[in-house]
Amino acid sequence: MSSQIHDHTPAADAGEVRPSYYEVMETAVRELLVEKTLIGAGEIRRQIEVLDSRNPALGAKVVARAWVDPAFRVRLFANGRKACEEIGITFYDDTELIVLENTDRVHNLIVCTLCSCYPRPVLGLPPDWYKLKPYRARAVKEPRALLAEFGTIIPDNVEVRVSDSTAMVRYLVLPQRPQGTEGMNEEELAHLVTRDAMIGVVKAGVIDLPEKTQ
Amino acid sequence: MTELSKTQLNANLMVIPAEGEEPMFAAGDNVVISHRFPIGHFRVPNYIRGKKATVEAVIHPPAVDNEEEAFGRNAGNKRHYYRIAIPLTELWPGYAGSRRDGLRIEVFESWLSKETSK
Repeated sequence: MSSQIHDHTPAADAGEVRPSYYEVMETAVRELLVEKTLIGAGEIRRQIEVLDSRNPALGAKVVARAWVDPAFRVRLFANGRKACEEIGITFYDDTELIVLENTDRVHNLIVCTLCSCYPRPVLGLPPDWYKLKPYRARAVKEPRALLAEFGTIIPDNVEVRVSDSTAMVRYLVLPQRPQGTEGMNEEELAHLVTRDAMIGVVKAGVIDLPEKTQ
Repeated sequence: MTELSKTQLNANLMVIPAEGEEPMFAAGDNVVISHRFPIGHFRVPNYIRGKKATVEAVIHPPAVDNEEEAFGRNAGNKRHYYRIAIPLTELWPGYAGSRRDGLRIEVFESWLSKETSK
């Protein structure tokens, strides 16, 4: 190591675990890029701010709009990215968005077997289990058993369609609108749409309450 | 002449598209994913290599070829890529679920060839 600056690991708060090999590498590369003025520290901070501003409520808004507005629904299937941009959800990267419709005949599930590709502009950061190997491997190999562990039983006459994201396209599942929600407005409907429903591991509006213990 | 018709020569305008300008495959085409293992990070998971698939859609617009870009070559070059469908029974012999269950995945053109019936 010729540099005096990078021959140490970053300081950790008392009681914290030491940063991993890759965390140290990330810090070193980031500091070098800033030092060589290839990027500014402010750009990194700004991008983190952008990422943190995204969350599943945005995706829920897209889904609820598609449930109440047939014309929007058509545009959403034609070009997911443009339809999201139409309601103010910008795409800060070069990804496209394909929206997958769950129906009585097809249940969609999304995964990234290679890493953790995820529709971040509309859902924010993925849950940890989405990034771990058991989910990534089992989603393509035994999706029905995996879904059953999420409490989602798919009947045999319904096709399970798994979309593995590998390149420039991201996927978002459009869950089925739950029955008995005809009287709800768009905002109320959005509250029925969870992150997991838009990944496709559960259906919308299904909230499993713990069994009473007394 | 097969080459010209393949590249969709427009007989009226006599405009011949450059190689790679038009997608080689169309929705409904039966294709095979290459069964090769070059060193490096390619966005083609091992479990689909060598498998038979059907083109579901040509994805628009063509994307930066991230496989080239990852190696610092031809950065910015675009390549066609496709959303393809593979039955889970094709991927996993003895798959327990419905025969209609399937995978959808994006694959760059450089990893696909036409399925030749034997």
